[in-house]
Amino acid sequence: MFSNRMIGLAGALLSLLSSVALGEVLRGTVSLDGSSTVFPISEAVAEEFLAVQPRVRVTVGVSGTGGGFKKFLAGETDINDASRPIKGKEISIASAQNIEFIEIPVAYDGLSVTVNPKNHWVDSLTVDELKRIWQPGSTVTTWRDVRSHWPDEPIRLYGPGTDSGTFDYFSETINGKSGASRPDYTANEDDNALVQGIAGDVNALGYFGYAYYASNKDKLKLVAIDGGNGPVKPTEKTINNGEYAPLSRPIFIYIRKDSLDRPEVQAFTQFYIENAALLASEVGYIPLPIAVYKRALERVQRRESGTAYHQQNAAPDLLATQH
Amino acid sequence: MSAVHLSIPASIRRRRIAWGEGIIKTLLALCTLVSVVTTAVIIFTLVDECLGFFDNVSPVEFFLGTRWVPLLEPSSYGVLPLLWGTLTVTFGAALIAIPIGLASAIYLSEYASMRVRSFVKPVLEVLAGIPTVVYGYFALTFITPLLRTMLPDLHVFNALSGAIVVGIMVLPTIATLSDNALRAVPDNLRQAAYALGATSYEVTTHVVLPAGLSGVMASFLLAISRAIGETMAVTLAAGATPNLSFTFQESIQTMTAYIVQVSLGDTPAGGIAYQTLFAVAAYLFVITLLLNIVSQFILNRYRETYE
Amino acid sequence: MAGFEPSAQLQRRHRKAMFFSMCCATVTWLGTVLLATLLIQVSIEGFKWLDLQFLTSFPSRFPYKAGIKSALVGTLWLISMVAFISIPIGVATALYLEEFVQKGRLSRIIEVNIANLAGVPSIVYGIIGLAIFVRGLGLERSLVSGALTMSLLILPIIVIASREAIRTVPESTRHAAFALGGTRWQTAWSHVLPEAFPGILTGIILALSRAIGETAPLIMIGALTYVAFLPEGPMDSFTALPIQIFNWVSRPQQEFHELAAGAIIVLLVVLLTMNGTAILIRHRAEKLSRNPR
Repeated sequence: MFSNRMIGLAGALLSLLSSVALGEVLRGTVSLDGSSTVFPISEAVAEEFLAVQPRVRVTVGVSGTGGGFKKFLAGETDINDASRPIKGKEISIASAQNIEFIEIPVAYDGLSVTVNPKNHWVDSLTVDELKRIWQPGSTVTTWRDVRSHWPDEPIRLYGPGTDSGTFDYFSETINGKSGASRPDYTANEDDNALVQGIAGDVNALGYFGYAYYASNKDKLKLVAIDGGNGPVKPTEKTINNGEYAPLSRPIFIYIRKDSLDRPEVQAFTQFYIENAALLASEVGYIPLPIAVYKRALERVQRRESGTAYHQQNAAPDLLATQH
Repeated sequence: MSAVHLSIPASIRRRRIAWGEGIIKTLLALCTLVSVVTTAVIIFTLVDECLGFFDNVSPVEFFLGTRWVPLLEPSSYGVLPLLWGTLTVTFGAALIAIPIGLASAIYLSEYASMRVRSFVKPVLEVLAGIPTVVYGYFALTFITPLLRTMLPDLHVFNALSGAIVVGIMVLPTIATLSDNALRAVPDNLRQAAYALGATSYEVTTHVVLPAGLSGVMASFLLAISRAIGETMAVTLAAGATPNLSFTFQESIQTMTAYIVQVSLGDTPAGGIAYQTLFAVAAYLFVITLLLNIVSQFILNRYRETYE
Repeated sequence: MAGFEPSAQLQRRHRKAMFFSMCCATVTWLGTVLLATLLIQVSIEGFKWLDLQFLTSFPSRFPYKAGIKSALVGTLWLISMVAFISIPIGVATALYLEEFVQKGRLSRIIEVNIANLAGVPSIVYGIIGLAIFVRGLGLERSLVSGALTMSLLILPIIVIASREAIRTVPESTRHAAFALGGTRWQTAWSHVLPEAFPGILTGIILALSRAIGETAPLIMIGALTYVAFLPEGPMDSFTALPIQIFNWVSRPQQEFHELAAGAIIVLLVVLLTMNGTAILIRHRAEKLSRNPR
């Protein structure tokens, strides 16, 4: 759509406006850690923020969403990048440690279901069929088990490891419960390796983040997903406006409420939310609707803590009016 | 010899030297203590969490169960698939690295000229430093496609590729350390054997290798230790699917790979899923301990020291 | 000698010896060639990204802007500190165990213990490092924590290799020193150590090569992936080349894979320089050694 150059210029303009608004020169550190999925966005934001506030040291680590939460809840980081919402156990630790967190969704990732390019029989799958294939105790072993006019060849399933946020979201959305999945699929932690796996196996079926499909369109065939309103393929448009359902997953950052008292963290968080739309699409994710970012900014200003995804410590869902 | 001023009376000199000697000995002992303390800390950490784990999971299920599904519902905590993965990759890697590494070491120390040696040995040592992730991608983009032309049923992620690539990775360790060990064997032993009419093959296998056995086996040990602890290359090449299959053509997961997956992944802290990593690590620790004790035993029986 | 006919058995033995030596040679060259292909494959992909800008830029989401400045400096800092910590302790341990301790039960237990430490997965060292150095001693996610953790990791390698090197020094050398009135330490320092030096150096090379390529334990203790400044002291946070490589290699876009290849080349150059220096030293030492071959 827009060339990299244009978006870069737009970003610089936005930064300039932000810095004019910010006025003072800030100093200090902002430390982020967490998911490798959210990392590219955080990196982009940190990079742009450096241009605006060069004296603030922003660092980003990649310990994984869970590992990042551990450090976050030990008070060692200011912001946690998370590819899944915070979980019950982590919320308990937070309240035990008296740490309040602010949950902000920053982008959509459209989970793409793909097959091998030589697979000529699959064009779309319904959510029901996906469930039948992937649920725990599934008896589907061949393509014919899914639709009777498909070949009687074994289905070879590929997916991320059982402790990744991608896996979590997929199993929760398709199978109804996080962590519920058949165990006998070929797992790999590295999404590039999954691409290689599917590209090399005619009978393969797998899923991963949209960016990995977008960079390997010649090696993969995209499957349209029918969530009840006809088959929809994930594109920037369909993920953003909610048509590609239910596999558009939000990715988050969690900010420590007490860290926000530091002006550099406050400035960075604001900058993040203001620029997330632009920067997320640059690195391969889909921006949320503008209204959500507006509400997110308000949430930060009001210091509204809590999560929309758990009864414990509940807060309103910023994405609620979307679907 | 240390420079001691000769004008100082001998008795004082001796006492000073003894005193200095004592200090140095203590310093060295403290350094050794570092390793001992490290082991103690590791054991303590592992055992501590393990106790919590075995409160919730029966040891029988852990050691004898055949399904390792700790992070899904319904969960199952049988460690055998991981153990099998580790054994497969380690054994396969050893099968590749030991013959090739040893043969290279023999060539370098017994047959190669100084010039060849000064070229090949540094190359091998540089290759010991290539990051493991590179080997992983090498397996995925070069080795596996090559293997698939020979074995069409081979899955894209398979144990065979994993074993091969780990073997290649630890090969330089064996080659370079064994070469050192063989070169250190006194030359007069070789000359004596040749004088008795032995061929170079016989000299190498009957005289040089037994004399250098200690160093050679130490190199095997270091190589196998590295192979056991290898994660990224294995994960990329062999996937991360705990699997008890006996063909080498399917994806597997090793104990170490699982430990990394949980440590750096998305598993929430506390909770039984996190404790599994300590149970697996402790098990691995015990296995390597047994391996070391056995190899110590073999070494002490077969090693020949000259002088 | 006219009329001398080697017996059939002698001929067979010689043929066997020739076959064996050719096998060894072939295998060595095959191994070297295979590993060289690996190197070449990496080089081709990464070469086009190698330029001054690559070396002097911080990471970025734009491949054409991204560079390894912080990662390279971090790695150099880390390796220097690791060498500084682990080499003295490792060699001292080896000397102590070989020269000062009676060969008995205790010595064997420690030997098995150290051999076992070599087999502990690097991630476990990361977990220990996190608990003891980062949190316990309060050193935070700094270069010092990273260096200490990595030193623990490679210590067993140095100890084992050094012990083997020291063992190859013949007893007669030590006896000669004792006969002249030397103490244990004087013998060790002036006689044993110089002779074992080449072997010890090999062990150090292997150990540091291992340290330079490790990722998992560093991530565990809190090494970062995006850092836009250079560490100014041992207590600063940092990133390292293998972490940057791993990060780029996991991205979907092909340009990042090529950037990773470029970073690997730089890593290998650092390694080569390190090894090259050590090898030069070893070469000199070998020439002066007692076993001229």
